Amino acid sequence: MEPLIALLIGVLFAAGIYSLLRRSIVKLVIGVVLISQGANLLVFTSGGLLAGRPALVEAGATVPEAPFGDPLPQAMVLTAIVIGFGLTAFLLALVCRAHEAVGDDDINAFDNTDT
Amino acid sequence: MSEYALLLPILIPLIGVVLLLLGARSLAVQRAGGVLFSSLTFAASLYLLFAVDQADYLVMQMGAWEAPFGISLVADRFSAVMVAVSSFMGAAVGIYALSEIDEARLKKFFFPLYLVLIFGVNGAFLTGDLFNLYVWFEVMLIASFVLMSMGGEKGELEGGLKYVCLNLLSSVMFLAGAGIIYGKTGTLNMADIGQQLMLAENADWALSSSMLLLVSFGLKAGMFPFFFWLPASYHTPPSAVSAVFAGLLTKVGVYALFRSYTLIFMPLFPEVQNILLWLAILTMVTGVLGAASHFDMRRILSFHIVSQIGYMVLGLAFMTPLALAAAIFYLVHHIIVKTNLFLVSGVVIRMKGSCDLAKVGGLCNSAPWLAALFFIPAFSLGGIPPLSGFWAKFALVKSGVEIHAWWAVTFALLVGVLTLYSMTKIWAEAFWKKQPEDVDTTPAKPVGPLVFMVAPIVVLSISTVVIGFFGEPLFEFSERAAAQLLDPQSYISAVLPQPAEVSP
Repeated sequence: MEPLIALLIGVLFAAGIYSLLRRSIVKLVIGVVLISQGANLLVFTSGGLLAGRPALVEAGATVPEAPFGDPLPQAMVLTAIVIGFGLTAFLLALVCRAHEAVGDDDINAFDNTDT
Repeated sequence: MSEYALLLPILIPLIGVVLLLLGARSLAVQRAGGVLFSSLTFAASLYLLFAVDQADYLVMQMGAWEAPFGISLVADRFSAVMVAVSSFMGAAVGIYALSEIDEARLKKFFFPLYLVLIFGVNGAFLTGDLFNLYVWFEVMLIASFVLMSMGGEKGELEGGLKYVCLNLLSSVMFLAGAGIIYGKTGTLNMADIGQQLMLAENADWALSSSMLLLVSFGLKAGMFPFFFWLPASYHTPPSAVSAVFAGLLTKVGVYALFRSYTLIFMPLFPEVQNILLWLAILTMVTGVLGAASHFDMRRILSFHIVSQIGYMVLGLAFMTPLALAAAIFYLVHHIIVKTNLFLVSGVVIRMKGSCDLAKVGGLCNSAPWLAALFFIPAFSLGGIPPLSGFWAKFALVKSGVEIHAWWAVTFALLVGVLTLYSMTKIWAEAFWKKQPEDVDTTPAKPVGPLVFMVAPIVVLSISTVVIGFFGEPLFEFSERAAAQLLDPQSYISAVLPQPAEVSP
């Protein structure tokens, strides 16, 4: 399972970077979203992927029976997803306003504050 | 009992946010509350500084979950001094904002967001947990995103977009790095990660996450080659916002770099020493050259943030007790001076309607007091004795000479001269030369009395002079803080109840 997910993370990162390098600001947003999903999956995978093995401790034991998946990364990913969701919403609103202000979808038109 | 000192600099701004949101209808409440809570935070941070200097380490386990399972709040001298100086800036800029931030921005919750920013910055300095640090970074970033773009002007939106996108990328890399290190060590407590790496025979397996974090913190700190977002965005929002960003945000990145390589990835430091050294040199040089090529006061100052970051990272790259002490001293000096310079640029805009050096002039005649107030931070930044910048640079260069880092020392001195060149340029253009004719200098209608803008500048300038003339206590404190940074074992034993087993 892990190699497949690893491949998927790689694809997400690659597609994200490809989108980031496009000139449209909407594709920029898509790129940021894809990359952050890739990172979320990476954290998720770091806890180990095991189907049907809940990390519950049996009566009398202090640790679950190995092998078990670590539930903590799932909690962290949940936090990261929520944060990412809020930031994406903000980014979309910002892109919308910036598009109104600049009047173009092309990133090359956004050069007034550049150096 | 004194552990509760750790909570105050985080709790006070949070309570402030809630209360200010309740009193959102009244602008007077917003203004009074913003100043009150940022000043209270400053008072609490001084108490924390005092308590930490007494106790060496203050540690608190959130929810009484023992480390490394819960989230620890930790303050050593370095983080305490960072909290103190950034809360100082928070209070000073809070007063300044009274006269600069217009009604439209106040109605869009300027002060609650400002307190969220202080909340996030203080949290980032005080946490002892890597994932929690990520969350604090996000808290700080989301507030800064809104503060940066809330005016809705074209420049702000454009600059904001660049700022937001690059900082989101940096957060993603942080998250990936934290995820990988968790997968390998099974812990996120910084002290626990540091201990496991130190106990491991060969710590190379942590290189990947160390590099991801280096890039992420480098991006936030504005290091070469990741600094492009900074000069493209920092000159767009109102000066109060730029000033607090300039003083605090990049320094949180620098703080995180220091924490990474003195604690979390301590055994990996030899692998990155040369990278850090050359990145620091290139950061100094590109920053100062960028500043030399510009002709707008705030753009010049933004590029100088980049070049000054180079000096601090240089201190980390040397990694001797003197170099770290110099870097901590440099951080304190730089936060005060850079915030002050941005505040001065705001007063220039208020008087002349612009801070483009081609359009302003004659300030030496019309406002000689402002010229004096600009002179102090500007020449402190350039490193003129006896101002604070001189001692910071002197100590850093001395530590470089001690370890025979000749290239770094040469560049540090050269960049100092070029910094002085930029500062003299601003001085000669904005203050010395005559007001250029046929330029419209009608300033925008001021929001509040000038005294609220000048008072913080005076206070910060006096601090710069005091650090310059009576800097010894601060430098001794920096030396004690550096000694703590070089002794991660004491940090680890302060945080962890008992040494954990190795499980790489």
